Amino acid sequence: MALPEVPLPEVPLLEVPLLEVRELSVEFPTRRGVLKALDTVSFTIETGEVLGVVGESGAGKSLTGAAIIGLLERPGRISGGRILLEGRRIDTLSQEEMRRIRGRRIGAIFQDPLTTLNPLYTVGRQLAETMQVHLGISDAEARRRAVGWLEQVGIPAPAERIGAYPHEFSGGMRQRVVIALALCAEPQLVIADEPTTALDVSIQAQIITLIKRLAREHGTAMMLITHDMGVIAETADRVAVMYAGRIVELGPVRRVIRHPAHPYTDGLMASIPTLAGRLGRLTQIEGAMPRLSAIPPGCPFAPRCPKVFSRCTAERPELMAAGETAAACWLYAPASAEAAHV
Amino acid sequence: MSAPAAAGPAPAQPLARRLGPLGRFFDSDLWYSFRQSPVAMIAGAVAFVCIFGSLLASWIAPHDPFNLATLSLSNSFIPPIPMNGSEWAFPLGTDEQGRDMLSAIMYGGRLSLVVGFSAVLFATVVGVAIGLIAGYGGGTLDAVLMRVADVQLTFPAILIALVVDGIVSAALHELHEATEIYVIVFAIGISNWPQFARTVRGSTMVERGKEYVMAARVIGISGPRIMLTHILPNVLGPVLVIATINLAVAIVSEATLSFLGVGLPPTDPSLGTLINNGNSYLFSGQWWITVFPGAALVIMVLSINLLGDWLRDALNPRLK
Amino acid sequence: MSDVMAEFGGTDSVRVHSPGPLFEAEHVTRLFDVSSPWLQRIVGGEKRRMLRAVDDVSFTIATGTTLSLVGESGCGKSTMARLAVGLYAPSRGKIRFEGKLLAAARAEPGLRRRMNMIFQDPYASLNPRWRVARIIAEPIRAFGLLRSARAIAARVGELLLQVGLQPSDGEKYPHEFSGGQRQRISIARALSSEPEFLVCDEPTSALDVSVQAQILNLMRDLQRRLGLTYLFISHNLAVVRHMSDRLGVMYLGRIVEIGPAEEVFSAPRHPYTRMLLDAIPDLAQNRAQDQATSGRSRTPVAGEVPSPIAPPPGCTFHPRCPLANERCRRELPEYTASGATLVACHAVAEGRRAA
Repeated sequence: MALPEVPLPEVPLLEVPLLEVRELSVEFPTRRGVLKALDTVSFTIETGEVLGVVGESGAGKSLTGAAIIGLLERPGRISGGRILLEGRRIDTLSQEEMRRIRGRRIGAIFQDPLTTLNPLYTVGRQLAETMQVHLGISDAEARRRAVGWLEQVGIPAPAERIGAYPHEFSGGMRQRVVIALALCAEPQLVIADEPTTALDVSIQAQIITLIKRLAREHGTAMMLITHDMGVIAETADRVAVMYAGRIVELGPVRRVIRHPAHPYTDGLMASIPTLAGRLGRLTQIEGAMPRLSAIPPGCPFAPRCPKVFSRCTAERPELMAAGETAAACWLYAPASAEAAHV
Repeated sequence: MSAPAAAGPAPAQPLARRLGPLGRFFDSDLWYSFRQSPVAMIAGAVAFVCIFGSLLASWIAPHDPFNLATLSLSNSFIPPIPMNGSEWAFPLGTDEQGRDMLSAIMYGGRLSLVVGFSAVLFATVVGVAIGLIAGYGGGTLDAVLMRVADVQLTFPAILIALVVDGIVSAALHELHEATEIYVIVFAIGISNWPQFARTVRGSTMVERGKEYVMAARVIGISGPRIMLTHILPNVLGPVLVIATINLAVAIVSEATLSFLGVGLPPTDPSLGTLINNGNSYLFSGQWWITVFPGAALVIMVLSINLLGDWLRDALNPRLK
Repeated sequence: MSDVMAEFGGTDSVRVHSPGPLFEAEHVTRLFDVSSPWLQRIVGGEKRRMLRAVDDVSFTIATGTTLSLVGESGCGKSTMARLAVGLYAPSRGKIRFEGKLLAAARAEPGLRRRMNMIFQDPYASLNPRWRVARIIAEPIRAFGLLRSARAIAARVGELLLQVGLQPSDGEKYPHEFSGGQRQRISIARALSSEPEFLVCDEPTSALDVSVQAQILNLMRDLQRRLGLTYLFISHNLAVVRHMSDRLGVMYLGRIVEIGPAEEVFSAPRHPYTRMLLDAIPDLAQNRAQDQATSGRSRTPVAGEVPSPIAPPPGCTFHPRCPLANERCRRELPEYTASGATLVACHAVAEGRRAA
């Protein structure tokens, strides 16, 4: 018994990006004032593309994912901007309509597989139910496809494991089940929030490979949220670097990693210990990300920036072209007064 | 554009914070949520009035109902305002010996509160100590202590209080009169320690696994010292809530014991004794001798209970 | 530092460097009883089950150096950390601190003072009800290093500055600080007893990358300045590479490879070490291939870490090892020397490159 489809306009896919987030702002009213957790965040995701969203804790990356999928926790609320899926606004939909979108058009993978899966139902039942609700197929067909999905995500002996409960799987296997669950309704976009952080290093590598392969095979776009730049380097096509609720750099992955434009990205890349880099002191960025209640005027990174100058503390920079990427930094201000947006 | 931000490097200290601990309390989330809850504020006000009025009974009661010299049988059975024959000097009427009900209630309330507080204090100290030891020590000690608590919890607290009271009174029979109040406090306290112990044991077990306890163990701090200085401050939160609700329970327990006649002697009555005393006159028309003490008991206990409820919700991090 | 030492100028402030290593673990094994409760066992006819968290582990740490233990979950490194600092006692084997048995050393306050620990979780490692100054001063008071309140306050201020915070931060409570700052406070607390040996249990795993860089740099500086010896536990090989002189790789409670860090990183011998290194997404790698082909030059690891309660027979790594043969399934490998590194692998001992 499927939910009725949410009608979307007949727009040729090539003209409109799959997901467009325009000037999204999210606020948290607290008794000490309103905290702006996301401040005019804008980006797009094309069909089949993997966008990495990277940032440290408190930067707002998980909030962005939550806002898109309609799972913002109270008292947080969207205070500005719009979210468009295939050209149609989804941030103003009712809870009921959003429920239909979730799963069918937008899937989600969260960090902790233990809490994502319902411990009381077998893995097969959870998969089958999801597919029946969103695709309207029969019981038998759903079961058949569930076995197929378990096989696709690399679970051995899928026909037997279909009747197993989540606690009977190991951590890595559980996360594979979660991936299957996210993809089984054949969504166009999957939002993955730290999908490998809770896993061991060797399992992380397996899961990353799996996610990449499945995304390509099914043409699913992905928004991959993580603090781990290494995972982004392996998986993403483009990357958005977030800092204090804003996007400070946005561009193709290899470009951002090798030649970061924004001083924060530069500092971040330099402070990551690697296996091949030179030994000795790691480059560190002095200070810490400002708390939401104390974001300085102008560029939020200004207090810590080694290249700060007078304009940085006066005006807040928007994303502007910086070679092959875009960076929210006055270092790249064009000669003319108008700043180009990506 | 950006959130309400401070201009300087650190936000200015709000006034309340600079006033020290009392100021910190008024600036805290607890006080804020108190102000948000009308039930809590009303219950708090009522409880405050009851407690205040009772504790200061000797100074603010209009009469001293237990000073035999001031009593006069001619004042007996005066009905309360606004009934016929009432007098302003005795707003809630008088009993069979001419004692002013309002004053009797205030004095009685004081005794109820004193017994209640003492019993709760006793139960808290015993229960928290046992809970800490059981939770930190673990193993057999924990198993034994908790089984004792479990067994005790299968009996109604009043029954235990009655039994303890009976045994101890029999054992002390000459000293009975003088020690009566201590026996009651002991009996009620003993009947209530398991709840404290169980809660504290659970919290202690959680805290024991935390790394700050391990850090103390690494430098060789002894077990008892860790329990007292590290763990105890962190497990007291729920204890406050239980103690508040337990206060109401203890007051009612004492009233029950007194009503049953095994509590405090009638020369120094608590609310329970007053209710018991007035019971005989209930159906002969002088209803106020039992109803007013009963109402006072209900109001006091209800307001304390409501405060305890609010406190539990306010301190519960998950509900925030 | 010197004025503090002058203040109490006792004999145990002078560091006696014994000729041997500062810390030594000798065939240490630690078992945990994970059987069902007694009644259930009787009724269900189940046997006792023991978990070998640490299995026959041996290593030494020279004064002033850092030994790291790396591995994934269930490898026993956290248990080893607690064994090293005396929170657990070994079921078998011996642990020595400056030549003395650890249990005996810890019974003496003078020796116990010289070891301390830094923990992983910055939120659970500081007592939320204590002010920071009191937290840092606890070891000072416990060991009686300073007596007067003024001297203690001055020392706490010094320590806070040493870890990059302000002396005025002592008046605050832990919840007023970020994760990275709390770790600094933990480091200050660990340093306040003037230790020589610090066990660091994943000190930066819960921190953001840029904060991690600050903390690691701080730890390196302190090591250089104060002559500290570290036992550094981590699951992150890249972090370990920046901190260690020597490195031990653990798998299911055993050390499978141990040697100088440069050697282990540049020429890993044990198949598990190779797999671990391969599994790390490497940013610095120059990737010529197109992202769209999703190719990757390395092979992801097969399988998962088995449960430590029922480890596979023989070499515990054999189910996942590309070089496993019949002998590996039956026999536990001994250590073979390869350069300055010890490796526990039949394939390495036999010079094999295939199964």
